[in-house]
Amino acid sequence: MSSSKPAPVGKAIDRGGFDLSAFKLGGWKYPAFWLAIGLILIGGFIPVFTGSNSWRETMFLILMAVSLASSLNIILGYTGYVSFGHIVFFGLGGYVGLYLITAHGWSLWTAALMGGLAAGTLALLLGKAILHLRGAYFALATIGVNEAVRTFINNFDLFGGAVGLEINFLVYKDYGGPATMQWLTYWAVFGLTLFIVVLSYGIKFSRFGLGLLSIREDEDAAMVLGVRTPSAKTWAYVLSAIVPGILGVIFFFRNSSIAPQEAFRLHRSIELIVMVMLGGQGTVLGPLVGATTYEALRSFLLTSPLFKDLQLAFAGLLLLLIVLFVPTGIVGWLRSRYRKLWRVLE
Amino acid sequence: MKRLSLFVMLLALIFTAVQCGGSAPAPAAPAQEEAKEEAAAPAQEEAAPAEEAAAEPEVASEEPAAEEAMTGEETVVTIGYTASKTGSQEVPSRGQTHGLELWLDQINQNGITLADGTVVKFQAVTYDDESAKERVQSLYTTLVEQDGANFLISPYSSGLTDAAAVIAETYGTTMITTGAASDDTYKKGLTLVYQLYTPASRYLTGAIDLLASLNPDAKKIAFVYENAKFSTDVVSAAQEYAESKGYEVVLSEGYDSEATDFAPFINKIAAAEPDAVMGGGHFNDGSTFARQLHEKETSVEFLALLVAPPELDFAELGDAALGVVGPSQWEPQANYTQEAADAAGVEWYGPTVADFVSAYQDKYGEEPGYHAAGGFASGLVLQQAIEAAGSVDPDAVRAALDGTNIMTFYGNVQFNTTPEAHGLQEAHEMVYVQWQKDADGNLVKQVVWPVEGQSAEPIYPLAQIP
Amino acid sequence: MEQLIASLADGLLLGFVYGLAAMGLTLIFGVMDVINLAHGPIIALGMFAMFFISGATGMGLNPYLALVIIAILGLLFGVCIYFIAVHRVLNAPHLSSLLSTFSVNMMIIGVGTAILTTTPRNLVFSIGSISLGPVTLLGTRLVAALIAILVAALLYLFLYRTQPGKAIRAVSNNRAAAELMGIPSTQTLALSFGIGTMLASIAGGLIATFFSFTILAGGVYELKSFVIVVLGGLGNPTGALLGGLILGGLEGIAPVFMPVSWVPVIEFVLFVVILMVRPTGLMGGGR
Repeated sequence: MSSSKPAPVGKAIDRGGFDLSAFKLGGWKYPAFWLAIGLILIGGFIPVFTGSNSWRETMFLILMAVSLASSLNIILGYTGYVSFGHIVFFGLGGYVGLYLITAHGWSLWTAALMGGLAAGTLALLLGKAILHLRGAYFALATIGVNEAVRTFINNFDLFGGAVGLEINFLVYKDYGGPATMQWLTYWAVFGLTLFIVVLSYGIKFSRFGLGLLSIREDEDAAMVLGVRTPSAKTWAYVLSAIVPGILGVIFFFRNSSIAPQEAFRLHRSIELIVMVMLGGQGTVLGPLVGATTYEALRSFLLTSPLFKDLQLAFAGLLLLLIVLFVPTGIVGWLRSRYRKLWRVLE
Repeated sequence: MKRLSLFVMLLALIFTAVQCGGSAPAPAAPAQEEAKEEAAAPAQEEAAPAEEAAAEPEVASEEPAAEEAMTGEETVVTIGYTASKTGSQEVPSRGQTHGLELWLDQINQNGITLADGTVVKFQAVTYDDESAKERVQSLYTTLVEQDGANFLISPYSSGLTDAAAVIAETYGTTMITTGAASDDTYKKGLTLVYQLYTPASRYLTGAIDLLASLNPDAKKIAFVYENAKFSTDVVSAAQEYAESKGYEVVLSEGYDSEATDFAPFINKIAAAEPDAVMGGGHFNDGSTFARQLHEKETSVEFLALLVAPPELDFAELGDAALGVVGPSQWEPQANYTQEAADAAGVEWYGPTVADFVSAYQDKYGEEPGYHAAGGFASGLVLQQAIEAAGSVDPDAVRAALDGTNIMTFYGNVQFNTTPEAHGLQEAHEMVYVQWQKDADGNLVKQVVWPVEGQSAEPIYPLAQIP
Repeated sequence: MEQLIASLADGLLLGFVYGLAAMGLTLIFGVMDVINLAHGPIIALGMFAMFFISGATGMGLNPYLALVIIAILGLLFGVCIYFIAVHRVLNAPHLSSLLSTFSVNMMIIGVGTAILTTTPRNLVFSIGSISLGPVTLLGTRLVAALIAILVAALLYLFLYRTQPGKAIRAVSNNRAAAELMGIPSTQTLALSFGIGTMLASIAGGLIATFFSFTILAGGVYELKSFVIVVLGGLGNPTGALLGGLILGGLEGIAPVFMPVSWVPVIEFVLFVVILMVRPTGLMGGGR
């Protein structure tokens, strides 16, 4: 598969398997780390350089896609578990956050953290419950979880049921009015994107991450070699859920309302998988490249009259071609094509 | 060293990719509805058009109606909106866009001539929102900032309008909403958003009044509705109204948006034996519900459904459509006239119903539905406000919108001006249609409520009992 | 009580059809370990095939005769999908086959929406109804359930009494061993994928005789198929039919005791719980 180096899995992972020792292993020496950070910094500051709010909105969508895809990559790319319902964390986080803001007057920031916490807790519970399922069974279960949560919230009066929750516009005054609020939330998403990329990097070069990679390659062998697979998988799942939870709160706060049908769109989950696959699963740069390329392709296809109606079919064809011919994605392909890039692309 | 240069090159490469991706929606995307050259004209922003007299005429000379330019200077107002050209809301959104485009055609023949001789013309910029929330804010920001939209029209559906309204308020740009019926949007402190549709809370109340007038003895109502924002809003308000009128709500159940099997609901209805069944949601589920009620030969004396009955396609149900009542924002049979306006003591404005219907039919070859009427009316109300304000200054237009109290082909329009519910539609009323058979046995849509607007007597009770 | 019986009868009749659709999904999984995520759109294509072959605007053939044509088309279509999207990824990790069948899903939906739009279609077709005391059974649903049973029986005969059927079972048991015994595994796999999609498209055709549909309508039945397959055990076709009955029965009974909108919540929670506790399904795995 796409893993670069044989995963050294000699040592058991202590303390439940969660430890970020990336920098001990020298991850920062790789140019890849600085490349990823640099790209996000440059992209993130485009709206400042151009002074354009339209650019800010475009970059907001791209950064959001990048961070969602990067967080999915932790469970999908590193651990090899296909989560078809990853958007459930985004939706649930959004709901918890908006509930706290509208019903209890919490500030966006604490509510966002609670959204992340709620998503993480769900992942923790699910991890205990469904992560022992392998392959297709797990994928099916994640679809089931997303649908179960969506149909439940549709009936759940505390969260507004089918009507959803609305944010009073006056709330934005606490954040310096809507215009400032949009910049604030933009920087929050920017920060989250940086965070998730650093985290992805850290995980990949930690023992914990190596344990995950070994689970992906051969879970039974990893277990025999002493990786505590259940707890490692669970933590990977939790880590991949927190950022989507926080993002959900920010996104729906900005949009001033949330409703079940828009919060748990299974289609969005699939788009995230396409992004990760396109860029290269299991690499740090992959989701970044994949999400950006996918968003760009989408807006191109949408504005081209020929492909407008067929954009979904086109995305499908693209996905099929990747799966059949370039299963390692753009970054993986570049890596195998140009060996010199190994240390640059990670 | 080699590695470093490689690194820098790659960085540059990916950066360009990012930039291409991001810039795609900006220059390439606007589907300019009007002549391209107008885009060059600086959009009129401030209240003092006279001072800019010198700068304007050469732009005006490129206009199709160039003669006008001789008499006064011309200013172009940009209207921005997104339409759902793909995705689930494609059909109703298309009607809305058609209506608005028809208005643009008509207004740009002569423009609006203001008191100072300035001629105001309009151009529209639009994008596809894919019926999904993700891109709405980004697109509206582009509309306001890059395309210089002076006024905004809402997307179709309340969810997307909520997202767009935030942008309208942020940039202080007035937005007229159509196809967005939810009450909540206007009750959260917005100041620049004006609603044309009768709000959801008044969608079905007329059906209850109709039922009362048809059968004073009716006591029990069953509500079966789509478990989604719009229909739930409508039904909870209708339920409250029904209870206040002394009705007993014997059943109140929501169904999933994708529901195709209504058997469980129909069995429950049969068990509850209501005098009337109300609810529905959107076209697909509503028409399926009506069809299955008919197939199961359920005895229902009065059936009122949201959204589906006013659509012409509803007639494809055949006998299952017969007698079904539905609320509509507007119908071609509606009798809003100059006389009606005089009688009600409000100003009449714009084309007559017949003029609108025939112009629409000429342009698109089909009868306009209420989405189309709403789209046209959104332009018309803006036009009226600009005329009343005598200027295109945003604040003046806003003040004029606040003071609007008119009757048009689309009905009455007046906005709430209290801070609690600013912009909520106050005056516009629903009409209620019923599918009936004409002399030749063809299904036709008739307006049965309110009484003043009746084009036929309502059928009651429905003869679905075998 | 009357309501309960009426509701249960409705649910069970539908259950047979749901079960038939799920059999297609579970057969493919049993033979080649692939979850066909294009299942929903294939059901929808079955509906549209019915619409065009026997609808008033189409050729106007009797719907039940049309099913034969739909079955053949479904089989051929499945074989095509197998060679285009599935064959190459059979030995790759699960993710690959999930994604490649999902890409087929996207292509069908994408082209389908562009051509057919999302306006709902109806096959205006009725063969009356039968009243048994308080229960009114719609003729179309009754016949659909009977056909579903018939097709299931034929499938059983095919798998246990014919040469290609035995080959499918052999490959499903142990592909490598089957190949060693001289069974042409590629043809057999393609055939079983084709039969899987054939079952789905027949189910779609049957559903079209009583429900309205769009190209997106298959999604609901795909999700139901997942639930059924898990109830009956992944890879177990007879289990799927039973699973269909359980689901249909549940959909019939549950609404009597609670708001209907809670029923899907129960279904999906049940689905996840069964996966968690007994991933081989209530009826046990097929292998």
